[in-house]
Amino acid sequence: MDAEMTDDHVYLSLAEAGPEPEGEARWAYGTGFTDPLLGVDTALPAGVDGADLAVYCQLLGDDALVLSQRLIEWVTCAPELEEEVALANLGLDLLGQARHLLTRAGQADGSGRTEDDFAYLREEQEFRNVRLVELPNGDFAECVARLLLFATARHALYERLATHPDRVLAAVAARSVKELAYHIEYAGSWLLRLGDGTELSARRMQAALDALWPWLDELFTPHEVELRLGVDPSELREPVLASLAAMIAEATLAVPTAQPRAFVNGRGGRHGVHTEALGPLLAELQVVARAHPGATW
Amino acid sequence: MTATDSGERALEDRFEAVVGADQRVEPRDWMPEAYRATLVRQIAQHAHSEIIGMQPEGNWLTRAPSLRRKAILLAKAQDEAGHGLYLYAAAETLGVDRAELTEKLIDGRQKYSSIFNYPTLTFADVGVIGWLVDGAAICNQVPLCRCSYGPYARAMVRICKEESFHQRQGYELLMTLMRGTEAQRAMVQDAVDRWWWPSLMMFGPPDGDSPNTERSMAWRIKRHTNDELRQRFVDMTVPQAQHLGVTLPDPALAWNEERGGWDFGEPDWSELKQVIKGNGPCNAERVERRRAAHEDGAWVREAALAHAEKKRRSAQ
Repeated sequence: MDAEMTDDHVYLSLAEAGPEPEGEARWAYGTGFTDPLLGVDTALPAGVDGADLAVYCQLLGDDALVLSQRLIEWVTCAPELEEEVALANLGLDLLGQARHLLTRAGQADGSGRTEDDFAYLREEQEFRNVRLVELPNGDFAECVARLLLFATARHALYERLATHPDRVLAAVAARSVKELAYHIEYAGSWLLRLGDGTELSARRMQAALDALWPWLDELFTPHEVELRLGVDPSELREPVLASLAAMIAEATLAVPTAQPRAFVNGRGGRHGVHTEALGPLLAELQVVARAHPGATW
Repeated sequence: MTATDSGERALEDRFEAVVGADQRVEPRDWMPEAYRATLVRQIAQHAHSEIIGMQPEGNWLTRAPSLRRKAILLAKAQDEAGHGLYLYAAAETLGVDRAELTEKLIDGRQKYSSIFNYPTLTFADVGVIGWLVDGAAICNQVPLCRCSYGPYARAMVRICKEESFHQRQGYELLMTLMRGTEAQRAMVQDAVDRWWWPSLMMFGPPDGDSPNTERSMAWRIKRHTNDELRQRFVDMTVPQAQHLGVTLPDPALAWNEERGGWDFGEPDWSELKQVIKGNGPCNAERVERRRAAHEDGAWVREAALAHAEKKRRSAQ
């Protein structure tokens, strides 16, 4: 029997790796974290306020983290296996972006807080994501609509941030812009299939756009920190709306005309005033980490 | 003897010669109907297992207690969906289609690995599934990289490489937890207690009670008997458990100097039979979730087909 098993090369290579494979480069395959930014200068550039930069990194990082959590809820529920793979892939991209940004936030404000401190130990009011990303999932058309709106706006932003004086933020943006280009392509291809598919799918795709459109404008509404850092998102409104309108027209659908959702005393997600959907999302995300204070995972 | 009979005999002789010489049978080659049917059943069951197997771990995706663990688990779920895709594609080379196999899964006409009918109750289960369940799957699947049917063998090479990453990730999680708090160590031991016996049952019934083994081995679809693989798994796992510092829940576990392997107790085969019959802790829920995803997604698949048809027509 032994002789016959000798060419079981995969098994042998596993056994040879020994029981404690830490430090092996290929080991956490597909989940690499520190590598892409290795060697990037983490010193704060002159003229950039660390506290402001930290808040800004949380705005962007929380958007990515919360949308990633919503995409993760699709796992095992997608309409086709190809979509299982794709949605998990988009979720991983966003999770990776969130990890870089939240880590940068902890460096920039000098607090030394880790990505996990930000994700697991802040309260709901301390999360700064736009409300669009926290809304409950809805059907596949809503998944497509949200991805499309978010990715189109975020891609336009990251194109600009790729030349930001903060080298870390610029590196994250440069890397993410490629990922978001694929997100737009993915969501755009489904917008077209659903919009120009069956009568039912067209109706659902239109309804999804109509439902999510009023939440889009928050992505273009500047927070005071954005203005101080010179990254005013209202400049994105026009190009992003034009790009969305073109894709929606190609899908034989109508650009929604609904007005943006109002804030609460002038405050929305960027100021920690969220919808009712964020609390349960965070309760689930944080429950294990909070049940074991100080534990390492 | 008729001409057809002798023609058939010649094809069968050639098939036996190819298999006997450890060469690969490819989709266009002649093959006995029973060989084809056995492969379809096995590959479909394997594909279904990848897809259903996403559920128990998926249960912890939204609650993973660090972002790194969340990313690792999400990458694993993505790999599993990918494995399902390769395996359904391998099955399709035998003349069936994925939609038909999915229907059979959700109607209960085809099975998946019974291990996925057990619940995942703590985050340590994620690590134990990686270590024990993926470990057992690797023992089962590595020999399939040399299976006589080419497309299946090639799919298995890729799948086994990724499975080995998953196993190491699971083990590394457990090592981390064992170095952690008292509560984390207790969580690991509890998970090992629950998953050990079901993992041993992943190799199927004892050899004396496994009617298809002999023929599958002759066809080189299967390379080792259930009991051989089970022994190999135990021998591989015991030292890992010792290194980890957990106790495997089997008082009969003892090193046998004479045969150079570990003696171990008898799994509860009556429980396995109940789980296979559909009475396991999660059978109904696993299939129901798969059914719901499939049915809820029907309008999306129909739209994609309708759109492709429109494009095809306008291109004409």
